[in-house]
Amino acid sequence: MGKLFAVVLVIIALVSAYPIVTHKYVQPEDISTHGHAIDEQLSDTMAESGFAFLGAQFLLAFFVWKFTERKDGAKVRHMPGGAKVMVVAAFILVGTEVLALGVFGQKAWASVYFAPAKSDDLQVQVQAGQFAFYFRYPGPDGKFGQLHPDKIDEGNSNFFGLDPANDVESRDDVVAAELAIPVDREVHLLMHAKDVGHSFYVRELRLQQDFVPGLDLSLHFTATKTGKYEILCTQLCGLGHYNMKAYLDVMSQDDYDKWMKEKVSEQ
Amino acid sequence: MRIKQLVTTAVMLGVASVAVFAGPGKPAGGGTVSGKVTYEGTPAKQKPIDMSKEPSCAKQYTTPTATETVVTGANNSLDNVVVYVSAGAPDEGAPSQAVTFDQKGCRYLPHVLAFQINQELKIVNDDQTSHNIHPLAKVNHEWNKSQPPGTPPLSEKFSEAEFIPVKCNVHPWMHGNFAVLKNSHFAVSKDGAFTLPNLPAGKYTITAWHESYGTQTQDVTISGSETKAVNFVFKAKPY
Repeated sequence: MGKLFAVVLVIIALVSAYPIVTHKYVQPEDISTHGHAIDEQLSDTMAESGFAFLGAQFLLAFFVWKFTERKDGAKVRHMPGGAKVMVVAAFILVGTEVLALGVFGQKAWASVYFAPAKSDDLQVQVQAGQFAFYFRYPGPDGKFGQLHPDKIDEGNSNFFGLDPANDVESRDDVVAAELAIPVDREVHLLMHAKDVGHSFYVRELRLQQDFVPGLDLSLHFTATKTGKYEILCTQLCGLGHYNMKAYLDVMSQDDYDKWMKEKVSEQ
Repeated sequence: MRIKQLVTTAVMLGVASVAVFAGPGKPAGGGTVSGKVTYEGTPAKQKPIDMSKEPSCAKQYTTPTATETVVTGANNSLDNVVVYVSAGAPDEGAPSQAVTFDQKGCRYLPHVLAFQINQELKIVNDDQTSHNIHPLAKVNHEWNKSQPPGTPPLSEKFSEAEFIPVKCNVHPWMHGNFAVLKNSHFAVSKDGAFTLPNLPAGKYTITAWHESYGTQTQDVTISGSETKAVNFVFKAKPY
């Protein structure tokens, strides 16, 4: 019976490793300049933890196989050096692994989160609110108008709380429900939440960033392929969470200019 | 008490059937107030609504539909103004006929719905998506209810007179208004025009309410079966 258990352990370990080793679950295409670093980091992590997982399972199966069905009265033997040495060894081994992943991974992370955006970036403000994303562009004057949360009037399409009556800079601000951006240009997202926590997730961009009420957060990225991609809220935010999404529309510079011109005329 | 209610109901039904049988154009006695609602100045530009997050709604429009906080027509006419008798007429019980508030193409049809206290309000979802109807009532009880596609209409009532903004908690651009009124003498302006028929002789206060421009009132005295003209002019602002 014990030997059967050892065999089952090995089978479970191999079967769960199979889809990962054979790349059964493919990542969606990467359309960002930084995405390959994130993907490498993910596969490094998967390889390291995969080896550790398989090693641990095989070792467990080996011990089960070897020491099961022993006769009563057999003497209990300890690992050489006792438990203390094993704990210290495991601590150093796992610690080094986690530290190494962190050291290698920080480069991918920092390129998005810590390094400043380029000076010619396209700034877009993103507001997450129950249950939609809205995007604001500074308009022809290149300046964002001030926000006045008390002036938010969704029935009037004033999702950000602009005050066009008194604030001239806000009059030409372009507000859209989709994130249209030109391809191959750095985009700098200035993010804030209107109500509760939300998250901005685009699989193809390898980007995921929470919105935290009260914090102004920022992200920057460069998209390298035109097309339409889904932006999803991945932070449970209330009853309409399942329906909280928007589209990222990566366009050629010409198409983007056309789109922007049309949007400016609507304001 | 029960008998009194029954008698009142019976009398009301009688009055209602007389009104129905009298047919349109033949008011059951009394005068009429009619007129135009217009604006002066520049009204706010209505913006196209971006429904891209809800493709089942967005595809119903070849050109995007616009916001409806100010709906204007030819000759500066102003629509969606609720014109009603705010004083001079007795309070009335609710008519038996229900009014319908439809959600179609992720919009509210009509944008402004006027009805009476305790009158049945049927809320219909004609969309392929869930809506969450949320009347932002202050005097009445505030509620919000989800309505998945294909579910039967919701039946609601309001027990106090109030102008209630309505929003959908799932689709932020969806916005409408309920006008809960005390009597049956009301109209919502269409192409700026309104008519309040069947007013018995007396002195009335006529109020016009617009969701962006507020209210205006005028007093009018009706004697016999005359038709009095009452016009309202709202000041429009571009922002």
